[in-house]
Amino acid sequence: MTTLEPFPEGPSVSGRRAVLGAFAAVAGTSLVRPVAAAPAPTLTIGYVHWLHSVETISLIFRPKPDNGRAGAEVGVADNNTTGRFLDQNFALASVEVRTNEDPVAALNTLIAKGIRLVITDRPAADVFKLAEAGAPHGVTIFNAGAGEDSLREADCRNNVIHTAPSDNMLTDALAQYLIWKRWPRWFLVYGEHPRDLRLAAAYRRSAKIFGAHIVADRQYKGKAGSRETDSGLIELQKQLPVFTQNAPNYDVLVAADENSVFAAYLPYRTWDARPVAGSAGLIPTSWDPNSTEFGGKQMQDRFIAYAHRFMTALDMNAWVAARMIGTAASYAHSLAPGKIMAFMRGPQFQLGAYRGLSLSIRTWNGQVRQAILLSDSGRTVVSMSPQPGFLHQRTVLDTLGTDKPQTRCKISMASKG
Amino acid sequence: MTTRRSVLLGLPLALAAMPAEAAIAGMAYTSNEKDNTLSVIDLARMKTVKTVPTGQRPRGMALTSDGGRLLVCQGDSNRVDIFDTKTWKVIGSIDTPDPEYAALRQPGNNPLYVSNENNALVTVWNIDTQKMLVQMPTGVEPEGMAVSPDGKLIVNTTETTNMAQFFSYGTGKNLANVLVPPRPRWAAFTHDGREVWVSSELGGTVTVIDTKTFKILDTIHFAVEGLRSTFIQPVGINITHDDKLAFVALGPANRVAVVNVPERKVLSYVSTGKSMFNAKVKKYLLVGQRPWHMAFTPDEKYLLTANGLSNDVSVIHVANLRVVNTVPVGQQPWMVLVSPH
Repeated sequence: MTTLEPFPEGPSVSGRRAVLGAFAAVAGTSLVRPVAAAPAPTLTIGYVHWLHSVETISLIFRPKPDNGRAGAEVGVADNNTTGRFLDQNFALASVEVRTNEDPVAALNTLIAKGIRLVITDRPAADVFKLAEAGAPHGVTIFNAGAGEDSLREADCRNNVIHTAPSDNMLTDALAQYLIWKRWPRWFLVYGEHPRDLRLAAAYRRSAKIFGAHIVADRQYKGKAGSRETDSGLIELQKQLPVFTQNAPNYDVLVAADENSVFAAYLPYRTWDARPVAGSAGLIPTSWDPNSTEFGGKQMQDRFIAYAHRFMTALDMNAWVAARMIGTAASYAHSLAPGKIMAFMRGPQFQLGAYRGLSLSIRTWNGQVRQAILLSDSGRTVVSMSPQPGFLHQRTVLDTLGTDKPQTRCKISMASKG
Repeated sequence: MTTRRSVLLGLPLALAAMPAEAAIAGMAYTSNEKDNTLSVIDLARMKTVKTVPTGQRPRGMALTSDGGRLLVCQGDSNRVDIFDTKTWKVIGSIDTPDPEYAALRQPGNNPLYVSNENNALVTVWNIDTQKMLVQMPTGVEPEGMAVSPDGKLIVNTTETTNMAQFFSYGTGKNLANVLVPPRPRWAAFTHDGREVWVSSELGGTVTVIDTKTFKILDTIHFAVEGLRSTFIQPVGINITHDDKLAFVALGPANRVAVVNVPERKVLSYVSTGKSMFNAKVKKYLLVGQRPWHMAFTPDEKYLLTANGLSNDVSVIHVANLRVVNTVPVGQQPWMVLVSPH
């Protein structure tokens, strides 16, 4: 901080500490928080980070090692920007866990440090294990990575908050747009992986709800590609038209390919001249590095300045988790995990996350309700769902994903407030 | 006058919508966030008469008391340009990162308070020398800025971390930080200086704060029949000089709420645009969409709203609470100001 000229009608302020440390002793209600001079008490948030390499067809979308964690780090920095005025400090303790390592051991090291709020980007089976292992210690797990609906339904646990949108939310978001666009005839293509089968089931469910027709349904077997060989492109250009030929008349090809094995090869290579959506082409996602609406430009700028790369959906999901904790702490006037979670689950909790409508928690299964962006493969944002005209008695955000009357989650997440 | 009135009575209603006595003198300016221009509206003709190119992403604006200089925040160009409103030449420039909104202290037209959205700072500038006087750290994404009528108190709203932050003018000291509902966008002092009204875009509320004790006096909620509460997103607040009426722009609700200031009660909702929903409202005239910021004419007979999604300005007749005109401007108008003459 520099002071270039005397401040008119008053003494100049020459340092950050002077500004931060000096405050008038104003009459305080619980809502008035003058800046404190003493070091603030700290809440450390845990992060169980899955360190693994991901093969992607497109090199530019290959995740960086800090994918997800960097989002949580920016979230914690944002918490501290506010916390400096509220006498609250936040830190992040991250433990890196490789694919074959035990995430529960990592969680135990965090628990031993007194950490009770833990973000993770591990896959669904591990989120479940972490929730089970953390429950006796009063640990809440924030699931930033796994979209499986089973985690929110049959396998739901009351100490898990899902900042990652569920598969159903993503497929509903795409379905609404395709219906709005009057592209109701879908050619559904899915891979061999169990996650692909579940995602295909989610598309079938969305089609039924929103009135689309799956006119053809085809599984892609074997690994597409040979991209490492010199003739790979020619091979693909022959394989994919053959795979997609003889389909009944359809409007859009919807691909379910969770592991990025073949879907990115579909656009421009289908037998019929049709657009591709789902795991390639028009992709439903919780974030896109091109999203600038609703103040999103500031988020992108802040993230790039910190991480020196674009912000992914996983980064956003982790940022949301860290900011949910920080926001609840500021409104609850407490760094106690129990008080933070009580406020977060209460009716007043809302988080702004650069997607127009505020985010909040569905009491019936711990899912964070949120708008979903439709991205042109990370190049532009095409639209945002819910689409106009899809209504709901509570909030239009509940037109996406499993609604209260349909839930199979038996654990009530509702809390006081 | 009698002859003229009888002539007017003979006209179709649509033509008589702007009565002869309603002719407004002066100019209004909008900052058009998307096409990097200012629109200059001649209020007498209700027409955009000039389009002035600016730097990238013009949003917040401030006007000197004589109307001679217009200061325009250009967030993506990292500067505030000072335009001469006669020649529309840039006569000065303040280099500052990501300025979103600026408030000018009155009287004296100095200094200028700028919220630097990406840097969690409020910076204070001498507009004559274009030198920085001081900077004050804030929460995440400072946005709304207001200076009390006596010039002694400054309030800033931090959009992402939900505070109304008060600073002393003389020392730059942080006096208090008041938590308000999510995404506070704007702050306006009552003209008696006793209260500051803060809009929360996502909370859907206006919080009324006492400027002496910094206690929350009241929280105003809005409800429009047939409209989900999530679409009611208050942003701009303009209060009449007699502190009787406050107008609150409700963004995607396409309405402006009219609030009784002493009683803090919503009187009416003026619709400024086509709603997605079949809403029942007292006043319903289809004009622009997503009003964010507003400005009174100097006599407070009219209130102008900048409608971000329909690229126009609605003109509200304050006494009748009716929208009487719509003026097309540039793309995504963010703010509107009216010249004092």
